[in-house]
Amino acid sequence: MMIGVMLGEAWHAMGANRMRTFLTMLGMVIGVGAVILMMAIGQGVQYSVNQSIASMGSNLFLVVSGSTTSGGVRMGGGAAPTLTLSDAEAIAELPNIAAAAPVASGTAQVINGPNNWSTGISGVTPDYLEVANWELADGYWMADSDVRSATRVAVLGNTVAQNLFGDENPVGKTIRIKQSPFIVIGVLAPKGQALDGRDQDDTVLVPVRTAQRQLLGQQFQNAVRHIMVQAVSAEAMPQAERDMNDLLRQRHRIRAGADDDFTVRNMTAMANTAAETAKLMSLLLGAIASISLVVGGVGIMNIMLVSVTERTREIGIRMAIGARKRDILTQFLLEAISISIAGCTIGVALGVGGALLVNHLTQTPIVITFASIALGFAVATAVGVFFGYYPAHQAARLRPIEALRYQ
Amino acid sequence: MQAAPLIRISHLKKQYETDAGPVPVLHDVSLDIQEGEFVAIMGPSGSGKSTFMNILGCLDIPTGGRYELQGHDVGQMDSDELARLRNHVIGFVFQGFNLLPRANLETNVALPLLYARIGKSERLERARNLLTQTGLGKYAESLPNQISGGQQQRVAIARALAGKPRLILADEPTGNLDSHTSQEIMDIFTRLNAEDGITIVLVTHEPDIAQYAKRLVRFVDGHIVHDGGVHEAAA
Repeated sequence: MMIGVMLGEAWHAMGANRMRTFLTMLGMVIGVGAVILMMAIGQGVQYSVNQSIASMGSNLFLVVSGSTTSGGVRMGGGAAPTLTLSDAEAIAELPNIAAAAPVASGTAQVINGPNNWSTGISGVTPDYLEVANWELADGYWMADSDVRSATRVAVLGNTVAQNLFGDENPVGKTIRIKQSPFIVIGVLAPKGQALDGRDQDDTVLVPVRTAQRQLLGQQFQNAVRHIMVQAVSAEAMPQAERDMNDLLRQRHRIRAGADDDFTVRNMTAMANTAAETAKLMSLLLGAIASISLVVGGVGIMNIMLVSVTERTREIGIRMAIGARKRDILTQFLLEAISISIAGCTIGVALGVGGALLVNHLTQTPIVITFASIALGFAVATAVGVFFGYYPAHQAARLRPIEALRYQ
Repeated sequence: MQAAPLIRISHLKKQYETDAGPVPVLHDVSLDIQEGEFVAIMGPSGSGKSTFMNILGCLDIPTGGRYELQGHDVGQMDSDELARLRNHVIGFVFQGFNLLPRANLETNVALPLLYARIGKSERLERARNLLTQTGLGKYAESLPNQISGGQQQRVAIARALAGKPRLILADEPTGNLDSHTSQEIMDIFTRLNAEDGITIVLVTHEPDIAQYAKRLVRFVDGHIVHDGGVHEAAA
């Protein structure tokens, strides 16, 4: 009951000096608006990173050839083709490994009639579909026999299919890669961007032996660029990594103390790092925006102090007719909170509007969650209480006679 | 045996601390006021009469001595209990009316009831009744600056009466009013004292106004120099 009346009075007091109330609210509007906008953008980034990670496949290692020392010159990852198909087969036999998919890759021009498109060609095995977390949109996937017999079949990524065939269905059609005809047996479902921003759908998949023999012209037979390895579970990953290192050192006859000629990258750990980074960025944006919220709060405190001074006599009258300290405190506190929440409401509207505008103009993904809006309101109320308390306390501790005598 | 007086003041002292040292305002004042009395307090400016009223009204605290209201030592009370006294036992009427300028008359009169935690419908009903009794029923929705000074003082009296007080303290209630309006206001006080038995203590510097009271207390330099009948005051 008391609260209702006091809210009415707070509303009255706010209306009595509209310009001042508006300017005070503006601090909150900007603060909350900034928090909502920044959180929308930060969470948007987080969302797209998580999407990329989800498209990557789980419990993944990437084994690349490299780290060799050749005549004193150390070479980077992938520089020397030391990994082979048989390495992949051996890795697949290890106990903690679910599958190992060797990839031999290069680039080539792909032609369909008058259309041509330069893209990445990956020679893969049937396991690749599952390990790399692809799905087929149409057609069917290559079989073991395609790899064994090095047949000329191809599965197109969505971008390649769009560029070569437009709206036409490519399945069953013939394309040419490096002058050789390939039959398109399937089309992959779109996956979007990878963590590094690369278009994952801009690819053509062919059987690995076909790629090695006919497309890539490698100097070493059987060499593959990298092997994607999936562990059976997240818990098994550390053991799987040790096993793989041991196995590959043994297979490559590397003496104890000598450097590896391959590198095992824990993709899941890297993805987690990327996710952590995105989360940190999101947090940082929110934290920076929160500073403006605090500044808005100080503005409220400032105006409430002025208001208490201006209304000292009113406080005296109220005390003379029976208002307790607590009543005065509640009244001014409610006024501060009202300003704060009114500012917050406008700020949420502006923040959401701003986020939608950013999304519209820059295509940056944004995520507006109920939680971020609720958080905005909670913080605004807290700011109102925190910065309203001191002026309200100043009002409540006035001695009745001094307040009444105040001119 | 006589009942305990409504007000018992014994050896009351009040001094203000200033940069130039303490300035005494009241020296050793003792006074009893019984339930149902009508007391006028007079004295020149600076004689301490207003300070005395503020202490009576629990707005100010004495430096020394003892003040008992309804047999309870006010000096022992905390701020909430003092607020309760100002709400339920004491009604204040000021020279400058002291209405809230932004609130209409009804809200002004109902304000003490709000602090008494009385529900909205009862609050407004009692406020309207009080305004009607003081002849201002039709102005319930008006703002204080839309009515005359005499009317404002009547609203202030209605507000003072809202908490059903036993004691009304009026500090120069007619100081800002013309003589005709002053008479009307004093008639209201007289009626409240005679019909409802409300104890009234009023400060004035006008002998005409003091004539309405039954007892006169005169302050000079922080001392009571006269306490008795109103007619001896002229002397």
